[in-house]
Amino acid sequence: MLKFPIYLDYSATTPVDPRVAEKMIPWLTEHFGNPASRSHAYGWEAEKAVEDAREEVAALVGADSREIIWTSGATESNNLAIKGAAQFYKGKGKHIITLKTEHKAVLDTVRELERQGFEATYLDVQENGLVDLDALKAAIRPDTIVISVMMVNNEIGVVQPIAEIGELCRDKGIVFHVDAAQATGKVAIDLNTLKVDLMSFSAHKTYGPKGVGALYVRRKPRVRLEAQMHGGGHERGLRSGTLATHQIVGMGEAFRIAREEMQAENERIRMLRDRLMDGFKDMEAVYVNGDIEHRVPHNLNISFAYVEGESLIMAIKDVAVSSGSACTSASLEPSYVLRALGRNDELAHSSIRFTIGRFTTVEEIDYTIDLLRKRIGKLRELSPLWEMVQEGVDLDTVQWAAH
Amino acid sequence: MFAPTYLDWNATSPLDPAVREAMLPWLDARFGNASSRHEYGRQARAAIDEARAQVAAAVGAHATEVVFTSGGSEANNLFIKGAAACRKPGLIAVSAIEHPCVREPAKQLARAGWTLREIAVDGAGRIDATDWADVLQARPAIVSAMLANNETGVLQPIDRLAPEASGAGAWFHSDAVQALGKMPLDFRKLGVHGMTLSAHKIGGPLGAGALVLDKRVELAPLIAGGGQERGLRSGTENVAAIIGFGVACELAAARMAAEAKRLADLRGQLEVSLRDLGARIFSGDAERLPNTSFFAIEGIDGETLVGKLDRAGFACASGSACSSANPEPSHTLTAMGVAPDLARNALRVSLGRDTRADDIERFAAGLTRQVKELRQLAAIAV
Repeated sequence: MLKFPIYLDYSATTPVDPRVAEKMIPWLTEHFGNPASRSHAYGWEAEKAVEDAREEVAALVGADSREIIWTSGATESNNLAIKGAAQFYKGKGKHIITLKTEHKAVLDTVRELERQGFEATYLDVQENGLVDLDALKAAIRPDTIVISVMMVNNEIGVVQPIAEIGELCRDKGIVFHVDAAQATGKVAIDLNTLKVDLMSFSAHKTYGPKGVGALYVRRKPRVRLEAQMHGGGHERGLRSGTLATHQIVGMGEAFRIAREEMQAENERIRMLRDRLMDGFKDMEAVYVNGDIEHRVPHNLNISFAYVEGESLIMAIKDVAVSSGSACTSASLEPSYVLRALGRNDELAHSSIRFTIGRFTTVEEIDYTIDLLRKRIGKLRELSPLWEMVQEGVDLDTVQWAAH
Repeated sequence: MFAPTYLDWNATSPLDPAVREAMLPWLDARFGNASSRHEYGRQARAAIDEARAQVAAAVGAHATEVVFTSGGSEANNLFIKGAAACRKPGLIAVSAIEHPCVREPAKQLARAGWTLREIAVDGAGRIDATDWADVLQARPAIVSAMLANNETGVLQPIDRLAPEASGAGAWFHSDAVQALGKMPLDFRKLGVHGMTLSAHKIGGPLGAGALVLDKRVELAPLIAGGGQERGLRSGTENVAAIIGFGVACELAAARMAAEAKRLADLRGQLEVSLRDLGARIFSGDAERLPNTSFFAIEGIDGETLVGKLDRAGFACASGSACSSANPEPSHTLTAMGVAPDLARNALRVSLGRDTRADDIERFAAGLTRQVKELRQLAAIAV
């Protein structure tokens, strides 16, 4: 039995895995202590649960648990990492490099730093969505202090060459931050080998709860940050505020499951994604956005030319997908990520992001293919542009009347 | 499981069962990202809007004035740093008994060209009238004074202080984390520009709080990104916790009048025993929260007593949870002029929804026994 709407928006958020929810619930009932309470057992047991979860998060990414700082989510982690490092190392320089295709939480943070007097380079990416390492090298200045590059893009799922960028940054003594919100459980992360200084994580993209994330802060060689939230001095002074035990426990369990199951799960998800992609391959004027090799298996971002994305989403109400990231879905602007790949507005506007996850079934994929094919056929029938293309008109040569 | 009697409700409170029930669907089938435009997302958005209205109603604010945060600490940081970023560096004045999540952001401003001034309190922990007048003379740009203190429970006359500070050109903020649910709160009547709330002190979940913000005040966000919460607080909304916060506010508002009286009676019962033991009750003669008793007994070290009480099955605290790793005497008591020796003896008992008369009886008996034992030991040592 299919359950509607079919959820294919796992990069916006994931359901909480039932095993995660089960582990959280005791911390919503009898174990309610404040982990900072040192004077009674309610506090101690909460503190122990928080530390166990910290071990699980560290284990997924090859870190030491002392390198994991709890936050309210990846957005806060990105803010803390980039502002914290820029402000701490501002004596060394004032230049920051990031990509045009980063998440808003990184781009807006860097823009905020520009207002504070820092300078920033927003690098173009290649047509396949990947950073050009030579361009990155060329962008580095003597006063570059922070480089922030996401591991997995939220819209097109491409995986950036983090290892290579890490080598480059370490060579030059530049703090390297990686937003890995979309990467955990999807690609292997080993911070023992990756020369990454700061890495942001989110629970709710990996079947954990919303409202919790973490920031990895390397100890060797040590990276320093200016705290952004001050108070009781929790999290070694880097992030004050009472820890939300149940959420932290949930993130720990979610990351434990990811560590144990990601390999098998990713094979299954890749099979589903390829099945979905195959379902559209004989259609005309369909374009996959972003590199298909260097990409997580969960993501398929496709432009169906001559079909307006928003109309398509309306026409396939049985399937929950997005035309870009959730964070920008309130705006009708075409995706800035697709624009950065060099896609024109029309193609960017006709894109759909399918993101597949733990609970997606073959039946759901087949239903989606069938529905999409029918609806796209209908919408194209209604499209005068499509008619012209069918008649052999090259739209690029058409002189449009102004009105 | 052996469950100690919980008498530390100002540190955190157990989740109300009705709040838990309201939250669970949001950890299950209703998992959407509130920014998504499909059904899963719209469902989450509608529920957040409802929670926003519930929180607003509990404090006499308009729903659009509620900015959800990850908790009270973040809300305090947001107001103080966010306001400072929009004003020319000047004077920031905070009361001498603020929680660290007000004091520390204020200290950060002092590093960024601001002048920080602490507002003195009297022996009962109330803002000192002479010093207050002096502060107003100095034309502060930002003032923050908590409605109810987390340790003593002492109340400040915010409805009088806020208009005076505004009149002097300041933006006035009040940390109302401990006041919410324990006394009537009316954002409009208080006349504050910003007010901080937290869910987990009122039977709501950890991980949710709010800044109630007068729209005439311009704030720079602390966390940039997707532009959630009118751009004041980016980050995917913690839907389950926000729903829980909304329900907890509604329950707290509905129960408050009866509950405040019940807790005040229980505390009265407790304090009879405390006085019999010769305890000094801090802020005992001032207006206080009905659930809080902060006291010290001559010659009995607070940490030692808390440890003994814990082993006897009573969970209480020697001060605020946030500073419980800190051996320094309470800064609240220091500001009240309490001698360090007595301040080190302090013990906080805070009552809540589940506290019953027999809990207080057993606690009073347990406390009396522990104090006698410690006094006997002290006598032997002499």
